[in-house]
Amino acid sequence: MTRIDPRRLRKTLAAGADDAALAAEGLAARAADEGLVDVAYATLDTPLGTFTLAATERGLVRVALPGAPLGGVLERLAAEVSPRLLELPARLDPARRELDEYFAGSRRSFDLELDWRLTPAGFYRRVLRSASRRLHFGATASYGQVAAWAGSPRASRAAGTALARNPIPIVVPCHRVLRSSGEIGLYGGGPAMKEELLRLEGAIEE
Amino acid sequence: MATQQPFQAFLDEHRAPVLSFLRAMVGPVDADDVFQETFIAALRAYRRMDGRHPRAWVLTIARRKAIDHHRARARRPVPRDDVVELSDRTPAESGHGEEEREIWTAVAGLSAAQRAAIALRYAAELPYREIGTALGCSEEAARRRVHDGLRALRASFENRQEATR
Repeated sequence: MTRIDPRRLRKTLAAGADDAALAAEGLAARAADEGLVDVAYATLDTPLGTFTLAATERGLVRVALPGAPLGGVLERLAAEVSPRLLELPARLDPARRELDEYFAGSRRSFDLELDWRLTPAGFYRRVLRSASRRLHFGATASYGQVAAWAGSPRASRAAGTALARNPIPIVVPCHRVLRSSGEIGLYGGGPAMKEELLRLEGAIEE
Repeated sequence: MATQQPFQAFLDEHRAPVLSFLRAMVGPVDADDVFQETFIAALRAYRRMDGRHPRAWVLTIARRKAIDHHRARARRPVPRDDVVELSDRTPAESGHGEEEREIWTAVAGLSAAQRAAIALRYAAELPYREIGTALGCSEEAARRRVHDGLRALRASFENRQEATR
């Protein structure tokens, strides 16, 4: 004999996590079709670990290095770009493919639209743009040199700050900027990751 | 304006209670469609959400979408009885026993208002104050509606058991 009690009601009415995941399938794609996704993101497994990539309508806006907790990365994007943010790997397919090729050693430059909005216009953005334009695969430069490219030869410290805050690492190659002494310098993903990238590009010896 | 959490996190956090609520409201088969309508509408309005009670907020949308769904169905050429349709579509095929079927049938037999209150409480796990928000009534009225719903469920059970005796 069945009796109605809250426990039994809960048990019967609660949808499982799997069912909810199924119900949500295709939602992001539909939202994108209706123009409701301001930021799309996806993850990418690489030899260095798992990256998070995010894009807006304008282009790639963020590359988060392995080790950056996903929750924090997404929260900052929600605050700084838009909270209408969904996992939508299809929008990141070109970036994922090019990064895959880069890590496999078969790509030396990126051909991706970039959204620069996370870097303030002015000196900081000029630093990143000139590093992108001039520092090709396998090349390196000093902070002072990059500062000079951006129009302020004596602002190497500020150039360092701009590079340290680079929201689109790897694609915008801040890892190719070294101390004038030749020391490797700092990197968001740690100096070891910077070294590994430079070795991958043949810029430093094995 | 407070910063909204990323919509993906919002969706992940509330999708199970919203689906549970909608299953109770429109039946398990149609629930998936109404679920997507709900979250698309939520995304559309997301930047205007006040953020204090996100679950109550999305369940308010879900309740409206469930009502729209019932209206749309009522306009179809061959209307079917709501109760029959809901109990027809309980997830019996997914290994649910006699007992679960009885509960689904009893829930389907509630008035729409009571079903919403019961579903918000026991499928979506909202506190009474937020049930009030989602139903557009006071906390006290929400409490009363849930209790009335429970009483109606028990009565429906007893009747059925009388009938089978």
